[in-house]
Amino acid sequence: MNIVVCIKQVPDTAEVKINPETGTLIREGVPSIINPFDMHALEAGLQIKERVNGRVIVLTMGPPQAETALRDAISMGADEGILLSDRAFAGSDTWATSFTLSKAIQKIGADIIICGKQAIDGDTAQVGPETAEFLNIPHISYVRKLEEITDTSIRVQRLMDDGYDVIESTLPVLLTVVKELNEPRLPSLKGKMAAKKAEIKKWSRADIMADENDLGLKGSPTQVKNIFTPDARSGRKILEGTPEEQVDALLLELRGVKCL
Amino acid sequence: MPVIVNPEKCKGCEECLSSCPFEALVMKEGKASVNEYCQACMACISMCPEGAIIETEREVPIGLDDIHAYKGVWIFAEQRGGKVAPVAYELLGIGRRLADDIGTDLSAVLFGSRQSEARELIRWGADKVYYSSDPIFEHFHDEPYAQLLTSQIMEHHPEIVLAGATFIGRSFFPRVAARLRTGLTADCTSLAIDKETRNLLQIRPAFGGNIMATILCPNYRPQMATVRPRVMKRGRYDESRNGDIIHIKSDGLQSRTKVLQTVKEASDCMINLQEADIIVSGGRGLGDPKGFQLIAELAELLGGAVGSSRAAVDSGWIPYRHQVGQTGKTVCPKVYIACGISGAVQHLVGMQSSDIIIAINKNPEAPIFNVATYGLVGDLYEIVPLMIKKIKETKGLST
Repeated sequence: MNIVVCIKQVPDTAEVKINPETGTLIREGVPSIINPFDMHALEAGLQIKERVNGRVIVLTMGPPQAETALRDAISMGADEGILLSDRAFAGSDTWATSFTLSKAIQKIGADIIICGKQAIDGDTAQVGPETAEFLNIPHISYVRKLEEITDTSIRVQRLMDDGYDVIESTLPVLLTVVKELNEPRLPSLKGKMAAKKAEIKKWSRADIMADENDLGLKGSPTQVKNIFTPDARSGRKILEGTPEEQVDALLLELRGVKCL
Repeated sequence: MPVIVNPEKCKGCEECLSSCPFEALVMKEGKASVNEYCQACMACISMCPEGAIIETEREVPIGLDDIHAYKGVWIFAEQRGGKVAPVAYELLGIGRRLADDIGTDLSAVLFGSRQSEARELIRWGADKVYYSSDPIFEHFHDEPYAQLLTSQIMEHHPEIVLAGATFIGRSFFPRVAARLRTGLTADCTSLAIDKETRNLLQIRPAFGGNIMATILCPNYRPQMATVRPRVMKRGRYDESRNGDIIHIKSDGLQSRTKVLQTVKEASDCMINLQEADIIVSGGRGLGDPKGFQLIAELAELLGGAVGSSRAAVDSGWIPYRHQVGQTGKTVCPKVYIACGISGAVQHLVGMQSSDIIIAINKNPEAPIFNVATYGLVGDLYEIVPLMIKKIKETKGLST
């Protein structure tokens, strides 16, 4: 069974700060990490591999330095890493990204594809479902538990707004996962050795036989028009006095803005 | 690359590097250079003191021949267990405004549920409702939802299609956009029309709320977006309002997924976090899982929901679905009360767009106070019971 885990190398958004003078992001010294949700996707892939006889292939699209994310995944136990890197992929929105990934996945041949529910830099949560559509396979979003896997089907719990659904699907299927699903393992010593030696496949546009008009900025229906910093919060007020005085002051303020 | 650096002008001052939200500017041999991460946001251009960064001619994306053949604004009215979700009425509010701005109709799409609910959508502002009562829509399955919405869009050619940025909307809308070969913008917090081009200006937070981006879909139709719940205002309810309910055919819908069971998770507080007006959240400062009883009591008293920080979830004090923040839920209630939450950035990005933030913390230096509208410095076990007591008194007096 081929299990493809899609990962993305992202800046650690928790470390991103805003320069108050220019209103721009300060990216200096912000580390690149594997998108945290993708770590849970990888763990899920490794657990499925242990249950059935399978191979875990990690796939990422990005600049050449994204190779380190693939090696990190191999150190955790993935069998193989594939890097989709080509100038033609630059500027991809979710449509073009999903299209590119789907072309690569078709080439690999997958029974189960696992993605994190979203990436923390873009927060769109669209690439998983769009990729499933391009592959013409079903998908299940927000998987929080794997219940059963056979050669032809899978049963999982899907998180919903007010609880969860127990849902099954035929294979092949694409899953997007939430962090509740599992606790990602740490790399093993053996894994680290394997990661050092592993040969990362590098695929360009030609390798996935995609039309240039469907890739990168050219293939992306959406465009970023501009980027700006959200208005800073104002009206900050630290209430003073004893706890009782503070509570009284708070309730007075809240009544003033008709919140209670 | 859509943006290039003229190496003759570049002095290697590195001014531009921090202006790029995508890490697309790197130094190569003492000069700035643009890499594959570039999203053509143009943020760097004005940063360069030498004027060395220039926009190259944009390659015109292959678009539709005639985007003007697309008319009308649609909103997808999601339902759960037959009941239309609150976000649908918010979509009708913003949808009505957009439709009026460009002088077109507003339609709602309802799959499953009852005809009486379809009628309600008209009273909340829709001119038409495309309605299917096919039993396949009893449970949420991505494929039939995507199939029927796609075929309806292909038949009627709306120029804008919106859904709620909910579990359901964010799961199946991408399939529709993929199949239609059009753009989809996730989790918008503001929408407006550029009247000249009829383009939809789609504004959304990115990088964990650190920046906002305006997204356009100029060459493809429809323009699709999911809209964050609780951000848009509902329209006016008019009981006498009339409109058409169009029953749509739903032959041949199929699903390769099958819901075997739907489990509603009983919670101390039954209100959905993302739809709550008031959220009371607890963090590590509670010190103990029992602290959430106090949090729940205050939440219940205020008719709100219970949230938590990641630390409290990781300690096993409260289930994950209560978690607010980067790896939990993004919320924006009218009032957010943070009790014993220090305010790590990962938490702040999930709640900092709340209207009013009240922070209760022992440590006056806690970063939560930086985003708080009102800060109370002290022991939450003293302050929260006082709040409960005083609110109860007020309620007792006013009834």
